[in-house]
Amino acid sequence: MSTDKSIVAHTISVLVANEPGILARVVGLFSGRGYNIESLTVAETNAKENQSRITIVTKGTPMIIEQIKAQLDRLVPVYRVRDLTVEGPHIERELALVKVRSTGEKRVEALRLADVFRAKVIDAKADSFVFEVTGNSDKVQTFVGLMETLGLVDVGRTGIVAMSRGGEPL
Amino acid sequence: MKPEESATTGADLLVKALIDEDVEVVFGYPGGAVLPIYDSLFKQNRLRHILVRHEQAAVHAAEGYARSTGKVGVVLVTSGPGATNAVTGLTDALMDSIPIVCLTGQVPTHLIGNDAFQEADTTGITRPCTKHNYLVKSVEALARTVHEAFYVARSGRPGPVVIDLPKDVLMNKHDYTAPPKNPVEHKSYRPQTKPDPKKIEQAIEMIAKAKRPVFYAGGGVINSGPKASKLLAQFVHMTGYPITNTLMGLGSFPASDKQFLGMLGMHGTYEANLAMHGCDVMINIGARFDDRITGNLTMFSPGSKKIHVDIDPSSINKNVRVDLPIVGDATLVLEEMIKLWKAKQPKVDQKALKAWWAEIETWRARNCLAYKVDKQTIKPQFALERLYHHIKNKDHYITTEVGQHQMWAAQFLKFEQPNRWMTSGGLGTMGYGFPAAVGVQIAHPDALVIDVAGEASILMNIQELSTVAQYRLPVKIFILNNQYMGMVRQWQELLHGSRYSESYMESLPDFVKLAEAFGARGLRCHEPDKLDDTIKEMIALPHPVIVDVLVDQKENCFPMIPSGAAHNEMLLGPDDKAGKLSDEGMALV
Ligand SMILES: Cc1cc2nc3c(=O)[nH]c(=O)nc-3n(C[C@H](O)[C@H](O)[C@H](O)COP(=O)(O)OP(=O)(O)OC[C@H]3O[C@@H](n4cnc5c(N)ncnc54)[C@H](O)[C@@H]3O)c2cc1C
Ligand SMILES: Cc1ncc(C[n+]2csc(CCOP(=O)(O)OP(=O)(O)O)c2C)c(N)n1
Ligand SMILES: [Mg+2]
Repeated sequence: MSTDKSIVAHTISVLVANEPGILARVVGLFSGRGYNIESLTVAETNAKENQSRITIVTKGTPMIIEQIKAQLDRLVPVYRVRDLTVEGPHIERELALVKVRSTGEKRVEALRLADVFRAKVIDAKADSFVFEVTGNSDKVQTFVGLMETLGLVDVGRTGIVAMSRGGEPL
Repeated sequence: MKPEESATTGADLLVKALIDEDVEVVFGYPGGAVLPIYDSLFKQNRLRHILVRHEQAAVHAAEGYARSTGKVGVVLVTSGPGATNAVTGLTDALMDSIPIVCLTGQVPTHLIGNDAFQEADTTGITRPCTKHNYLVKSVEALARTVHEAFYVARSGRPGPVVIDLPKDVLMNKHDYTAPPKNPVEHKSYRPQTKPDPKKIEQAIEMIAKAKRPVFYAGGGVINSGPKASKLLAQFVHMTGYPITNTLMGLGSFPASDKQFLGMLGMHGTYEANLAMHGCDVMINIGARFDDRITGNLTMFSPGSKKIHVDIDPSSINKNVRVDLPIVGDATLVLEEMIKLWKAKQPKVDQKALKAWWAEIETWRARNCLAYKVDKQTIKPQFALERLYHHIKNKDHYITTEVGQHQMWAAQFLKFEQPNRWMTSGGLGTMGYGFPAAVGVQIAHPDALVIDVAGEASILMNIQELSTVAQYRLPVKIFILNNQYMGMVRQWQELLHGSRYSESYMESLPDFVKLAEAFGARGLRCHEPDKLDDTIKEMIALPHPVIVDVLVDQKENCFPMIPSGAAHNEMLLGPDDKAGKLSDEGMALV
């Protein structure tokens, strides 16, 4: 345990029983104890075992992060809590849908940049596109930033899902 | 046999499940949503139902029952207001790690979410104030859920569990599911009880090498069961080291033992707090470094290496960074420590230990609990000393309300055994003590059960006089009546320029007549030399008794470490003035 006061972001994967109220328990824990949620994603990942996976990005001092993990682990429907940030290399991905409305030069430029970012066009009208872009949050953020001057009208982001590298399960 | 023939209603299944969980008593209050359960209770005679007069009191009574027996306390309340009234009790049980199963009625499943009559989102409301809660959506899941709830409530770090029961679930029929023979492994909830042997080894090494050690034992030792207290005493005696207890840990080590330094913390003894401040190795067993203990965190026991034994990993490194965390049950940890200590026969530095004890004795000699005796008025401390004198050889249990009287009770009554002392520590709930005493008396019908009360706190659940009348419970309420919310008044005096804003207790009832109105006995005493007789009379009466002891109105509770101050900045008596508190200190509770 360090007495370090520096605030670092951690990506935490939580395997939970997929039962009513589980998300409220997790979110209530964060709001009730004043922890930070930068990003949160949740979906069922194992229908047979009735399990969901929650990925949370949170910020805090090392002592707070330890506390957050212990508090999560204490919830009865929580199977496992893993801090991907400290447990070795991992990958993070986020998906965004980005709607841009423009014509002429701007429209061409948006399409060109989408290509650079390997964003897919998933809807196109004479004066608009919806792009689908995936990548780490920085990439998604950069792409959204670039679209701002090119007619950005709407953004939807999934938040981060993450996984450790290598063959081990959570 | 067709299922309908063998099947029973949800309410009957529930009662059967409770009986199979060894429940003997349920504290409750009826209402529309739980009528099927009350009907099932009516038809049987294994479960005893105690009708309280307010649902908050039902939970506190169950807490008193649980803390004095080590069993799970059981509560039954109706939907809506029944459930919301229980919330304070549930929060209290959560903070103090008391095992409770609280059954709440709910509107039928098809009406949930409709703002139906007496509907409340009970699982939503109680989520942050329970260890876990369940909404039972079908009768198939009912018995299984009850068994799981009991397991969750009593295992690991104990706590309150709510089971919300829609009325249709109680009326539908299904077969019974018996409790699992061996407590099956829960799918996701598996508290760690066995400690890591490597950690035990490291701990023994640190403990053996200590020159200025102190044991700091808390409520976790009581939670772990009476065996843990025996082992604690054994280990502390083997080492010859000093030990202090938290408010919640009182009774886990015999108070009369010469190695005992008394309670520590905000109103703890000089010797306990200075030993904590100056120790080089601190051995925390089942205590949670509460802010009443640590005071100013940056100045808390700055020079010590800390070992922390706790069953709940979230208690470790929460407030105070420790050097050796040991996750496990106190009983198992102490067993392993004793085993290894015996095997290793470590050589303790006796010279250093002697010097440490000598230093502690100089602190003890300050006699920090001394108070000015008065011929005219009863000092609250004196009242408790006399009370203790008369009860110490009797089989007794003490509960308290919250305030100065609670702290004086902790200081002046001596606890030789665990499970004899029930107080609201974490939440500090005024109104806890009387209903808790009801629960204790139900569990121990022949014992002397005393609620040490303040005149303000007792009014918060005074309606329970009706309960003690109904069940002829000889509970004694010993009011230290200072006509003030004394603890509030004390803070106002020390920290807010003696501006006694709203802390004077106007228009108090005549407690003697109040007792009589409920068929109890009332006694009053204001002369120090009549006190002994009053206490004797209280004990001799086979009835519930209120004793209204008129005590010095201005007495303050010392020692006191003002919020935000360090252990060595303690106020020892009325002549010590609090230094100017920082704004940060003033903001603390
Ligand atoms: C007006 C007022 C003044 C107060 N002043 C003081 C004071 O001066 N001094 C004081 O001490 N308190 C005081 N308190 C009480 C204080 O607020 C806390 O409730 C108390 O200090 C906590 O006690 P504890 O650390 O023993 O923890 P508890 O609340 O009893 O918690 C028990 C700990 O043990 C762990 N545990 C549970 N079961 C086990 C097991 N089987 N094995 C191992 N560990 C286990 C739990 O996880 C938890 O961490 C005061 C309260 C009030 C209302
Ligand atoms: C339900 C509740 N409300 C308010 C408080 C704040 N509080 C703590 S002690 C106290 C005064 C208690 O007065 P009394 O019962 O007379 O005890 P005394 O301190 O005088 O011994 C108050 C109001 C509390 N602890 N609980
Ligand atoms: Mg008072």
